[in-house]
Amino acid sequence: MDLFAALALQIIYGIANLVLISIGLAVIFGMMRVINLAHGEFLMLGGYTVIVATNNGVNIWIAMFIFAPLIVGIIGLIVEWCLIRFLYGRMVDTLLATWGLSLFFIGLITTIFGAQTATTISPPFGAITIGDYSSSGYELFLIFIAILAVALVYLLFRYTKLGLVARGTMQGADMAASLGVSTQRVYSTTFGIGAALSGLAGGLLAPITGVLPTIGAIYIGKAFITVISGGTAILAGTASASILLGAVNGIVAFVVGPTMGEVALLLLAIVLLRLMPQGITGRFFKRSL
Amino acid sequence: MRTNVVLETRSLSMHFGGVVAVNRVDFSLRENELRCLIGPNGAGKSTFFKCLTAQLRPTSGEVVIRDFNVSGSESHQVARMGVGIKTQVPNLFDGLDVEENIWLSASQSASLKRSRVITSEVIERLQLGDVRKSQLGSLAHGQRQLVELGMVLAGEPWLVILDEPTAGMTQEEVIRTAEIIREINKSATMIVVEHDMQFIRMIARKVTVFHQGQILLEGDMDEVSADARVREVYLGHRKTS
Amino acid sequence: MKRSREINSLISIGIVGLIILFGAPLSLDLFSVISLTTAISLAILALSLGLIWGFGGILCFGQTAFFGIGGYAYAIAALNFGGSTGAIIAAVLVAAAAAAILGYFMFYGRLSDVYLAVITLTVTLILYSVIRRTSGPEYKIGIAKLGGFNGINVPPINYPWDATQFLYPEHVFYVAMVALLLAYFLCVWLTKSHFGRVCVSIRENEVRTELLGYDIRFYKLCMFTVGGAIAGLGGIMFANSIGRITPDVFNLYNAALAIIWVIIGGRGTLIGPVFGALILFYLTSFLGRQAVVNINLFLGLVLIVFVLVVPKGIVPSLVELWDRRKSRRMTARSARRMRRRGRSRVKEVQVED
Repeated sequence: MDLFAALALQIIYGIANLVLISIGLAVIFGMMRVINLAHGEFLMLGGYTVIVATNNGVNIWIAMFIFAPLIVGIIGLIVEWCLIRFLYGRMVDTLLATWGLSLFFIGLITTIFGAQTATTISPPFGAITIGDYSSSGYELFLIFIAILAVALVYLLFRYTKLGLVARGTMQGADMAASLGVSTQRVYSTTFGIGAALSGLAGGLLAPITGVLPTIGAIYIGKAFITVISGGTAILAGTASASILLGAVNGIVAFVVGPTMGEVALLLLAIVLLRLMPQGITGRFFKRSL
Repeated sequence: MRTNVVLETRSLSMHFGGVVAVNRVDFSLRENELRCLIGPNGAGKSTFFKCLTAQLRPTSGEVVIRDFNVSGSESHQVARMGVGIKTQVPNLFDGLDVEENIWLSASQSASLKRSRVITSEVIERLQLGDVRKSQLGSLAHGQRQLVELGMVLAGEPWLVILDEPTAGMTQEEVIRTAEIIREINKSATMIVVEHDMQFIRMIARKVTVFHQGQILLEGDMDEVSADARVREVYLGHRKTS
Repeated sequence: MKRSREINSLISIGIVGLIILFGAPLSLDLFSVISLTTAISLAILALSLGLIWGFGGILCFGQTAFFGIGGYAYAIAALNFGGSTGAIIAAVLVAAAAAAILGYFMFYGRLSDVYLAVITLTVTLILYSVIRRTSGPEYKIGIAKLGGFNGINVPPINYPWDATQFLYPEHVFYVAMVALLLAYFLCVWLTKSHFGRVCVSIRENEVRTELLGYDIRFYKLCMFTVGGAIAGLGGIMFANSIGRITPDVFNLYNAALAIIWVIIGGRGTLIGPVFGALILFYLTSFLGRQAVVNINLFLGLVLIVFVLVVPKGIVPSLVELWDRRKSRRMTARSARRMRRRGRSRVKEVQVED
């Protein structure tokens, strides 16, 4: 029973982890149909922000919940303004340019902080125990935050004016433009929000994974397959894909080993896309957010 | 009278979400016929066309071409049965020249040697010799439409389905296209989706009128244009627009 | 005129290739020959990506997956077979099979560009993390231990069917260069063939190609498989020039490099990507020695600048520039001629008066 509870918790954490690392990417993909290849580096920048801030005496909570999203969000806006806005409607070029950006950020951070792990910070929670098994309290906390992040994005798109305009643009950019919506502004705001969410996630994960200039690479594979398996509906897609992929990953990892868990994740995603090329939400929950 | 029926739809329906674009259509076409499909915008002609060519998979019902049910097929399989297809929007290889465009069509079924012969024949027949080495992207709209007809011809089809072949053409080009269509019809069965009534008058023998996803009426041109309902939904519609 | 220029450029490429083939080992020291062999193996990878992307419109961000699979398959097969002849054939087949299986799911699922790019990239990244974790002794295929992040020591190529006679590094260079030349002319032939021209038409317009009766899924799959085989060949040569194959071939940096070679060399040409790979190989190793600017930073900027400013890449841009200059010179000459003729006609008119 304890084993089962511990395993269930581990799987739920795996799902929450997928939600966290992919939600920023999903917001940008859902709104703009753009896959941001620098997504991993946005997470990485979030991690560095938290580490640098706490090392300079900032409270870790403030560093995580305010500094990381704010700074990475601003970087996102700058990137949109300097680069992405020249490439709207050119999907392939956007992919390539954001890949260039990814390399640029890796290089920049390596130049500033060196190629090795920056000073790590410890998770602000101790372990909790379930019978014979112990689990990290911080992981429980992250599960809670993942749920909160999904709720926040839902409220943002459902009940604010910005959300209404954004959903309109999602349904048909031309129509929205003809109604006087500045799609340019919607896109740049979306990109900023997506980047801020990535920064938040990166900051939250920093105590667990540590930070390296190249750490983005370990996130992006999973984030990409979650988002494209989910399809273009931001929340329904991310949630359904995270649950499906996270559960399979967790179970296979438990039975066979963590390496095979990742392989199973990838194989499942490829088979899924053969059956549903538009992702899960291309087939089901079409009209959802 | 079920002899020489070459194309048939049985209770064909296509829904998009809540919208019924094509509603239980039974349609049949005999060999060597030249049939025009007309109807106001939104009548379901283009959706019907896409179902015939397997670009869309119908929600229910069947499309049968020469006793073969194609409603679950891919569109290349329909094309391979010897069906020549021209879509509404000019659909060409803009980066390639006229000759290559037509050659690619010919060489799908014919040998490489024979397809070179076919290509020059088609180019001569459509009087495209002056532009044979021009890139498609640089041609005028009417010429592009002609090249697309040429691609249909080069496949040596026995059944030809054209969606609005005269859209955006000058009067002179329309007349020439009508001639070409009549000529194609000598060797092939044809369906032409159109809404230019004058053009239809030039080519049509039998006309099927679509309205709200269903067949309103079938008959020859005089019958159709004399029909009060057709005047109301179609001709009347045109006047107001 | 266009055709004769194509033939001329092919002939000159062949001649330059032969000069390098016979000249390089005579004029360079051993170290340079070995690093040139590495560069050539990367050029083969670039060629494979240039083929499928430029002529098949297949945006594969993980072409290094097949390169790495080729290298690994060669190492494993050579250790198990105790010779390289069968191993080379096996490795090319394994790389092609990997591409065919992945391609089946992608093309028959009709994935669009963006999805395809991301899936292929993800495949590479997952291979990277999986193979890195295979350092334990239980991870072995036959007698070959996968070796985790340390990789596998690669037995050198031997004379065909004679496993006792190993090739020296200079000779490996000959093999690699011949492989590049063969692969290049194979690609040229392929793009000129009916198959290749159908692939180009798919790149231009998928719907139209399908309505002509071509099964575009099948054509793309074939193209992708050939690309995988050529990349695998590159991987074999790479493993031989370095003497070792490690999971690093699958990392994000190398995946990006392959894309950058093709972007800067030029999509839609075959020689462009080869040039791109050679130029960047020497440029990055130079920058690596200087340690002035971080290589990632530099490559990132190069990629962004090319996408924004020189999207066609170097080779097509140069060809265009050359054509424009030539046509300007021609029009200038013909204008002069016209003027002269015009003047003489004016004289005639005056005489008539």
